[in-house]
Amino acid sequence: MATGQIASPSHPGAVISVRDLRVSYGEREILHGISFDVLQGETLVILGGSGSGKSTLLRTLVGLEQSSAGEIWINGRNIATTSAAEMDEIRKKIGMSFQGGALFGSMTVGENVALPLREHTHLADSTIEVILRLKLEQVGLEGFEYYTPSQLSGGMKKRAAVARALAMDPEILFFDEPSAGLDPIIAAGIDQLILELKRAFHMTIIVVTHELASAFVIADRMLLIDKGNIVALGTTEEMRSSTQPRVRQFLDRIAEPEVSGELDYLQMLTAERPNAHSAAGKRGK
Amino acid sequence: MELVTQIGDGTLNGLSYIGSLASLGGRAAYYTLVAPFQGKPLRLQRAISQAMETGVRALPILSLITFFIGLILALQAAYELRRFGAISAVATAVAVTMSRELGPLITAIVVIGRSGSAFAAEIGTMKVSEEIDALETMAISPIRFLIAPKFLAMMVMLPCLTIWANAMGILGGSLFGVAQADFTFVRYIRASIDSLLLRDITTGLIKSVMFGITITAVGCLEGLQTAGGAEQVGRSTTRAVVISIFLVVLVDLFFTTLFFFLGGH
Repeated sequence: MATGQIASPSHPGAVISVRDLRVSYGEREILHGISFDVLQGETLVILGGSGSGKSTLLRTLVGLEQSSAGEIWINGRNIATTSAAEMDEIRKKIGMSFQGGALFGSMTVGENVALPLREHTHLADSTIEVILRLKLEQVGLEGFEYYTPSQLSGGMKKRAAVARALAMDPEILFFDEPSAGLDPIIAAGIDQLILELKRAFHMTIIVVTHELASAFVIADRMLLIDKGNIVALGTTEEMRSSTQPRVRQFLDRIAEPEVSGELDYLQMLTAERPNAHSAAGKRGK
Repeated sequence: MELVTQIGDGTLNGLSYIGSLASLGGRAAYYTLVAPFQGKPLRLQRAISQAMETGVRALPILSLITFFIGLILALQAAYELRRFGAISAVATAVAVTMSRELGPLITAIVVIGRSGSAFAAEIGTMKVSEEIDALETMAISPIRFLIAPKFLAMMVMLPCLTIWANAMGILGGSLFGVAQADFTFVRYIRASIDSLLLRDITTGLIKSVMFGITITAVGCLEGLQTAGGAEQVGRSTTRAVVISIFLVVLVDLFFTTLFFFLGGH
């Protein structure tokens, strides 16, 4: 990494460059200095268990959480220091698909997808109508514009959310747990959709997930994070052949040795007793 | 010592809460009054449908409640006035009490129950289902999109509802006046109108605008501060109602005192 002040992303092909990113909720630090690049046109899958900090990382990348230190460069602008107005400009170039879809329940699917267009462009209604149909077709929801979100199934909600994220023709697309809560077949359909978007538009896609099967289908590169630190970053092949214990543990789905942790705790508790009598007991702990 | 610390903490929390309310109100005011002239249009359509929901749909229940309140006031006033043989002053007592105090207050309480709670529940649900986050990632300000129309609707509708409530209260009082105090209906209404000064009505209306701002700010802030799941939405709604009632009474006290010393007594 370059020393001193980084004026621009260090990697020439990088769309997003994260440098020594730290995020805290109050006293508790969630991300402990994370650095990585996302290259133009690649699909980066951020893997990690529950509480690993992967969702916080995603929320910070789209500006929903404030970083406490570090830099996030998106298209050459550091969103950690940018003004609210500039952040809005950056946000118009990114699309985000939320875990539950986050469609507005008071609007139809069509109104949901058209919302960013109506808010940010001066396009005529007829033009918006055409774009709307196009976007719905891209996600396989043609003819559903007059449905309300509550009338859609889980998978359809996610597709509608993707259509809304695509409305402004974003350069970067973020997905939060795209297959969460879906059966394997519907989830595979969402994976195919992500692959198609990448193939058709050469979009840069960042996906946060803990679903390994889906991750290996869609990823060009993977980033494994654990307890707020990057454990590994590499292509799917590199990850598959990795011998790093934490990577193997995650990929081979080996349970966290929580039990031994508790045993340590028990030993510590029982070790308290001899402590009271002799100083020799202290050596053990 | 513990008690002093607790009182101190409580005061600080209260002040910081009022600070949050003021900040939310200020931003909503910006999007309602300033931003429309800077090319960020207000969602007028949304404000109108919100006004329908908050205002027009509240009319039946508000009418009924304030009619009864007027009648109760007349009965209570007559109980005392009868002893002085001044039962004909019932009309004045009802009209002045309704316009200056109970019209705005009862209206505010009905609106807290119907709309303040609904704001907290609606925005809280949107927060929990990441819809607020979705707005932000689409570079759409939730304050402009969701909250400013509510402020506008409430600031317009609460005074309107208050005028209606005053009228219904006087009507309620007239039932007693006609039945028990030798008034004819027309004479009762005329006595009521004659007894009212313009400032009786305007002070009530100024208070009602402030109540509207308070109720909206609390409802929306409680909604936005919802974190967690569905049960938190319920808690936010309860908090919105309780805090709104408390703050409305506080605002009422402040303005009543202010008007008193400004010579509006």
